Amino acid sequence: MRAHTWQRATDVADAVAQVSGDPSAQYIAGGSNLIDHLKLGITEPALLVDVSRLPLERIIHSDKGLRVEANVRNADLAADAEVREGYAAVARALLSGASGQIRNQATTAGNLLQRTRCVYFQDVTTPCNKREPGSGCSAQDGYGRYNAILGASDECVAVHPSDLAVALMALDTSVTVVGSGGEREVALDDFYRLPGDEPQRDTTLQHGELVTAVTVPPLPTGARSTYTKVRDRASYAFALVSVATALVLDGDTVEDVRVAWGGVAHKPWRARTFEERLRGQTLTAENVDAALDAELADASTDADTAYKVPMVRRATAMTLARLAHDGPDQEGPA
Amino acid sequence: MESAITLIVDGREHRVTVDHRSTLLDTLRDRLGITSPKKGCDHGQCGSCTVLLDGRRHLSCLTLAVAQDGGEVVTAAGLGEAEDGKTGELHPVQQAFLATDGYQCGYCTPGQVCSAVGMLEEAKQGAPSHVTEDLTGEVELTDEEIRERMSGNLCRCGAYVNIIAAIREAAQA
Repeated sequence: MRAHTWQRATDVADAVAQVSGDPSAQYIAGGSNLIDHLKLGITEPALLVDVSRLPLERIIHSDKGLRVEANVRNADLAADAEVREGYAAVARALLSGASGQIRNQATTAGNLLQRTRCVYFQDVTTPCNKREPGSGCSAQDGYGRYNAILGASDECVAVHPSDLAVALMALDTSVTVVGSGGEREVALDDFYRLPGDEPQRDTTLQHGELVTAVTVPPLPTGARSTYTKVRDRASYAFALVSVATALVLDGDTVEDVRVAWGGVAHKPWRARTFEERLRGQTLTAENVDAALDAELADASTDADTAYKVPMVRRATAMTLARLAHDGPDQEGPA
Repeated sequence: MESAITLIVDGREHRVTVDHRSTLLDTLRDRLGITSPKKGCDHGQCGSCTVLLDGRRHLSCLTLAVAQDGGEVVTAAGLGEAEDGKTGELHPVQQAFLATDGYQCGYCTPGQVCSAVGMLEEAKQGAPSHVTEDLTGEVELTDEEIRERMSGNLCRCGAYVNIIAAIREAAQA
């Protein structure tokens, strides 16, 4: 591990000033992903600015929805009574991620900013454009089982690893960001980016910008939400594919539907084409199939990733059917 | 870069100067000689380094010591003491591991025990898990729930059956 200096930030402005002023500085909070990267040599910051004791620890429920400050631990957000009741997709996504120990230390902002688990990104002996721009992509001709099937580029086929981010993407979440120029609010869909020719950038954050909170607007009246994760092991494994949904039915008719997918792209993939096709239709297997066809028309697979298409289709259809008929998470504002 | 920090470990206060790169695990083991937390994978995948940090189960290998200045750490070696102020007593979870033979080689055991103690407290507070059917209902520690909640602790000997029995026994005690 390269020698670094560690410094505790005294407040948000101090944190932003410290990181903005040093191109090789990085924020650290729970550290469960970053400390591993320091050990592996994936990143070598000269300065770590610790934001873990900044007072950004509140979960606020109001008529504006759910506001979660950056330092709320994953375990605490999942255990929050009102999150469990009104935002089941968020609680379910969190509970399906990592382990009990890691959920106790990992923060909300850190979860969103964790980096891909692409095996080549994590192996500094192999070329990887995300880790070392211009060095090449080892995943395209290598072990490709986890690769993206939507929105990938010639430079990068990595997928985003977060479960929480998939649920937040489905629920129209926005992110509060503070930089040296002040505070801004950015939609989660614009916070993340596709790899293009800059796969080293996971997000649209500028250097020095600090995530201070996320806001989930109130779910539509009658909405039910949940999260389904498909993985190699029953627990403590990243998603092969995952599905976050919120659904409002009027009888059998889909009044509103939101769907986001994990494990398929460089960012949590909001399936807007699928949503548009299904809205106003009856929730039948045929209509869901047709909407899936439309969303997945541009999917690109190879022998390693071909399995992901039927997997994400079935996971989506199953999750919607469960929400409609017998799902356990039928909560949400009445 | 180094900094002097204070750690309270198993009820004893330690003043130690640490390199900013040092993990809590390496500081406990190599600087303070507290070897109950074990180094297994050193990447947060096996759970053998689990300690209670400020009352909650935590991976000491993925924690920088310098960031925990003033922190209160309880290791498996200090569990009995920490609970009732005496020395040489076993915590009920440790007693249950003995009673059910919840280990083989023992290397993962201190992490398993700390994780179980933290997990039982989480369940007592009503925290749901991935396998909890009703997110808003009561938590009942079935074997399925125990397996899910302990999935961050690996045992290469495969003593899981008796580890679950130990935790079930401790939960019912």
